[in-house]
Amino acid sequence: MSLLAQKNPAPEAHTDSVAAFVPDQSRAERTTSYAVSDFPVPSGREEEWRFTPVDRIRALFAETPGSALRREESVPDGVTVSTVSTAEWQGSGAPKPADRAAVVAADQAESVTVIDVPAETELTEPVRLLLTGEGALAHGHTLVRVGNFAKATIVLRHEGDAQYSELLSVVVGDGADVTVVTVQEWADTALHLGQHDVVVGRDAKARHIAVTLGGGIVRLNTNASYAGPGGSFEALGVYFADSGQHQEHRLFVDHEAPHCRSNVEYKGALQGDSAHTVWVGDVLIRASAEGTDTYELNRNLILTDGARADSVPNLEIETGEIAGAGHASATGRFDDQQLFYLQARGIDEDTARRLVVRGFFASIVGRIGVPEVEEHLMAAIDRELEGTE
Amino acid sequence: MSTLEIKDLHVTVETEQGTKEILRGVTLTINSGETHAIMGPNGSGKSTLAYSVAGHPKYTITSGTVTLDGEDVLAMSVDERARAGLFLAMQYPVEVPGVTVSNFLRTAKTAIDGEAPKLRTWVKDLKQSMNDLKMDPTVSERGVNEGFSGGEKKRHEILQMELLKPKIAILDETDSGLDVDALRIVSEGVNRAKESTGAGVLLITHYTRILRYIKPDFVHVFVDGRIAEEGGPELADRLEAEGYDRFQPVATPEATTPANA
Repeated sequence: MSLLAQKNPAPEAHTDSVAAFVPDQSRAERTTSYAVSDFPVPSGREEEWRFTPVDRIRALFAETPGSALRREESVPDGVTVSTVSTAEWQGSGAPKPADRAAVVAADQAESVTVIDVPAETELTEPVRLLLTGEGALAHGHTLVRVGNFAKATIVLRHEGDAQYSELLSVVVGDGADVTVVTVQEWADTALHLGQHDVVVGRDAKARHIAVTLGGGIVRLNTNASYAGPGGSFEALGVYFADSGQHQEHRLFVDHEAPHCRSNVEYKGALQGDSAHTVWVGDVLIRASAEGTDTYELNRNLILTDGARADSVPNLEIETGEIAGAGHASATGRFDDQQLFYLQARGIDEDTARRLVVRGFFASIVGRIGVPEVEEHLMAAIDRELEGTE
Repeated sequence: MSTLEIKDLHVTVETEQGTKEILRGVTLTINSGETHAIMGPNGSGKSTLAYSVAGHPKYTITSGTVTLDGEDVLAMSVDERARAGLFLAMQYPVEVPGVTVSNFLRTAKTAIDGEAPKLRTWVKDLKQSMNDLKMDPTVSERGVNEGFSGGEKKRHEILQMELLKPKIAILDETDSGLDVDALRIVSEGVNRAKESTGAGVLLITHYTRILRYIKPDFVHVFVDGRIAEEGGPELADRLEAEGYDRFQPVATPEATTPANA
């Protein structure tokens, strides 16, 4: 019996061995399609689902109609929010769904919400969308179109409880400058699967910022591609997982156009038993993407025993004619020496802990560039830390 | 007038080879205004004494007492000891990335005083002290010890001593790794802080060099976890001339104590 058991390890047993999976030959080979039938329901053994507790998110793979999240919006003059047909979305330049949850979201969403920032419009205030879950299955499908040389910041905040799956496409015009911030402050029971695509126009600058604090399971796939040369993409992320939370951020930057830049920087803190975070950073530099300059970094700070951080940077390079390509990943425990140093200056333990964690996140938070988000985030991190002891 | 009283202190540390006793009965009294130099070879337990008094969790006090003005220091947490008036300038100050020096100093000052310092005088004091220590003003906006040179770290430690105004300051090999100029600047800072606050100073050092700038009233020679000899400043001169050889019997294998433990 025991011998047999050893030969058939439990499926939940941890393994990172190559033998356990058949990896893609290239990140580019993954299926993308408008057809739900092109994506079998994941079993959890697939490379792209292996870290995710798929059994708990079955509802989001099913072709079951749901509702939409309640939406409150604050839209500056010049920006319009409307709906478009599926056909218009498909012709917008937005990439296709890339996994089962995203294709179901696109298929089941009642409509495609479109946010239009006309060409050469420079917004001084962000477009704000507050999306609230009301405990039900929900699908979201949003297209953000930013015209040439426009400048805009879009802040999406998620609250409440929901089983939510979404597809968000951001198509950035030539020379435009766009920041999209997505904040996940769900209730602890919420499920949120998202595919966010950013298509960077020629010489455009796009930033995607993910802040994940709440939710039972949050899994965001952020993909960037370039519609022309000279584009720049930056992805920043901050996450804080407590006991029982699964937070997964997957990034894929597909460099096909030449002379484009990308920079990915995610930092996370974990505390409490079974807190689990996953960060996967894929960068593909295709043969045509000469002059590419890319870097990705993930750092995790483990505050207590029993938490687990997975961090997987992947860099695939098909040309040597690049400006730079690199990645870094580090996961460490809370440093008791830092605590001692601060306490030896009279600072009590709780305050010292808060200083260290705030310091850890400071390098990213300070670069979000949206003051309301930065302040809110620091306050939220403080609240998370108050729950430590 | 404050008094730090260390009586028959025994301290152990856990090593891979098991529990090891590092301090083997240390008795020492430091009063306000006094400067005591503790000198000794590497591995004699000097730093252990400093960290034990400050409350580092790595060290276990097995017997003995430490009191500050009669209060039991060993019963206090690390931060309570600091708020009671103890200060430890560390040999290897720790980096705390992302926490600016100015934020750190203000937080520490607020904790020690029990109230936030008045903004105007605080900014002025900080500027003055940094200037006295020949510190680049931009340091205050950098992360604590982040990317600091050895000399910058030590100046930053003494800056804290000047601003936090402890009753008793323990300086753990503050002179190590400093060139002559930096040593002089740092020493002058210690003397200034001592003069303005009347603090008692326990100066831990391997070399006599720093004692040319900071004059000790008492010199204690530390060997193998105990004070082997005590005297006035003249003892330091003798050590400079003779070294520690006469305190180290050939039979004592130096490798039994970790360096600078």
